[in-house]
Amino acid sequence: MSEPLLRVRDLQVEFRLSGGTLRAVDSASFEVGRGETLGLVGESGSGKTVALRAVVGLLPRTARITAGTVEIDGTDVTAAGEDRRRALRGTTVAMIFQEPMTALNPVMRVGDQIAEEPMVRLGQTRRNARTTALELMRLVGIPDPRRRADAYPHELSGGLRQRVMIAIALSGNPKLLLCDEPTTALDVTIQDQILKLLQRLQHELGLALVFVSHDLAVIAQTCQRLAVMYAGQVVETGAVADVFREPRHPYTLGLLRSVPDFDVVRAQLAAIGGAPPDLAAPPHGCRFHPRCPFVQNDCLDGGIPLFDVGPGRAARCLHHDEAAADARREPVIANA
Amino acid sequence: MAVAAEAVADAQVFEHRRGFARRWYRTPSFVGGVSILGLIVLAALAAPLITNHGPTSQDLLHTLQGPSSSHWLGTDDLGRDVWSRLVYGARTDLKVAFLAVLFPFAIGTLLGLVSGYYGGWIDAAVNWLVNVVVAFPFYVLIIALVFALGSGTRNIYIAITIVGWVSYTRIIRGEVLVAKRRDYVLAAKSGGLSDARILFRHLLPNVVTQAIVFACSDIVLDILAIVTLGYLGLGVQPPTPDWGRMIADGQTYLTTHWELSTVPGIAVVFTALGLSLLADGLADLLRPE
Repeated sequence: MSEPLLRVRDLQVEFRLSGGTLRAVDSASFEVGRGETLGLVGESGSGKTVALRAVVGLLPRTARITAGTVEIDGTDVTAAGEDRRRALRGTTVAMIFQEPMTALNPVMRVGDQIAEEPMVRLGQTRRNARTTALELMRLVGIPDPRRRADAYPHELSGGLRQRVMIAIALSGNPKLLLCDEPTTALDVTIQDQILKLLQRLQHELGLALVFVSHDLAVIAQTCQRLAVMYAGQVVETGAVADVFREPRHPYTLGLLRSVPDFDVVRAQLAAIGGAPPDLAAPPHGCRFHPRCPFVQNDCLDGGIPLFDVGPGRAARCLHHDEAAADARREPVIANA
Repeated sequence: MAVAAEAVADAQVFEHRRGFARRWYRTPSFVGGVSILGLIVLAALAAPLITNHGPTSQDLLHTLQGPSSSHWLGTDDLGRDVWSRLVYGARTDLKVAFLAVLFPFAIGTLLGLVSGYYGGWIDAAVNWLVNVVVAFPFYVLIIALVFALGSGTRNIYIAITIVGWVSYTRIIRGEVLVAKRRDYVLAAKSGGLSDARILFRHLLPNVVTQAIVFACSDIVLDILAIVTLGYLGLGVQPPTPDWGRMIADGQTYLTTHWELSTVPGIAVVFTALGLSLLADGLADLLRPE
């Protein structure tokens, strides 16, 4: 296998708080190959957005990377200076945000916003950048780009705004696109259009995508591989089809069981009991043990490593067979 | 097709574009302010055309005369035409006030942008300076500065700039503190844009509105300051006509020729009214939807 485009190894991100430190991301590792799509799944506060922002080097001021490496296209950005990191942003790695209304500059015409990177980063003339912007708008399926280019963000619908944001992200010709819940703020029909658009762009442009979402249906539709995050840790990784058929971590199993309308006959949704742990004082041993249906005495002490549980798969669970056995007993997806 | 339906729904939103150009005439305070100021500015610009005497030419045989067909507002103690001095005084005072607001606006906005965006020691240093200036009352500081620097328009600019920038810095800094946390700034950073570009191309247009609105009311204060300085003999130097000087000169004859002080006083009030209405209207119009 060739060198992956993005390789995150043992990433650890800490927030400085008045009362100490909070480890928002704890030894997270994942890789994304060229042209591949990785899903990053987890509930709110599981560290997926922080991990993504650590990759682009745009953490909030109170947060810092305390351990681990982030390699983008062979460059370790955690060791590189700010200039080097800025040079990678936009032209190698770009980002799409959750809320297109707030992520677009409200007082700048959208055409100018799309033309900005081609002009500033790629050195195009104003006229060429404008042409590039119109091409990008056409590429992301914005009808009548000439007229839309002169619109301000508030004059466009939510779906069009998200398309504009995708066009901006693509304007620096990146190889890696980080999508932070790009469809969460949209209604379902538009959501589907945007997902299809991203998939089409990925095929046409050979982009690698990292897709952060808490929506497993979205992940199933778009990603080849996924990494499940819980309380700042990656608890399970593998190919989407494998993980969905036979989850090896009780948290993944719980997530899949709690999804409604997932082509599966299920009398009742199974919620995961309890609440995610306080990251300022995480539980000893396995972080999921207070909520785990398969918990045993040995889960309570020591750090739990990621276990190799099959080709290209890993799970952070001492008893990963239990979850798998449970999934075999009662499949979480139909026709598995 | 879904995309087509979306385009149709979107086109309707698009047609209802409510731009500045289509709303300004429906904002009464803006129309009022622009009309009053427009008249004053027009009179100042057309001064040679609408006066029949020079503003400084004396006629010692016809001093302290009442209104006549030759002297519409009469003459002062040196026989100078009051109407002519009023119109040329508008020229002086408006020009000085406009320039006097420009420097604090530019410097204050720049410092506010930088200190709000970078924070840390830059912010601490700028805030310390702001607090030092704010500790003094506005007029006391201006008068003290002009007194130290000497009278004349150049020193008025310097004094007002030294005192005036703090308000702009405070306004812009506060706006930047809020705006820099918005996602579009993060998005601009994730595009690899430089700090300078983010500051001037993305943040400045989003925060400058408040400073512009404040400048319109600040210019009122500056006109009053200039007139006050003129009245105290520290402002625009004679024989250049200036409303403050006119009020001061007319004071001696207040019991017999009250109009000498009152007419320039009314001019000050009208100018201030026009600017205040303009500021009010602009605040309404420029408020983001």
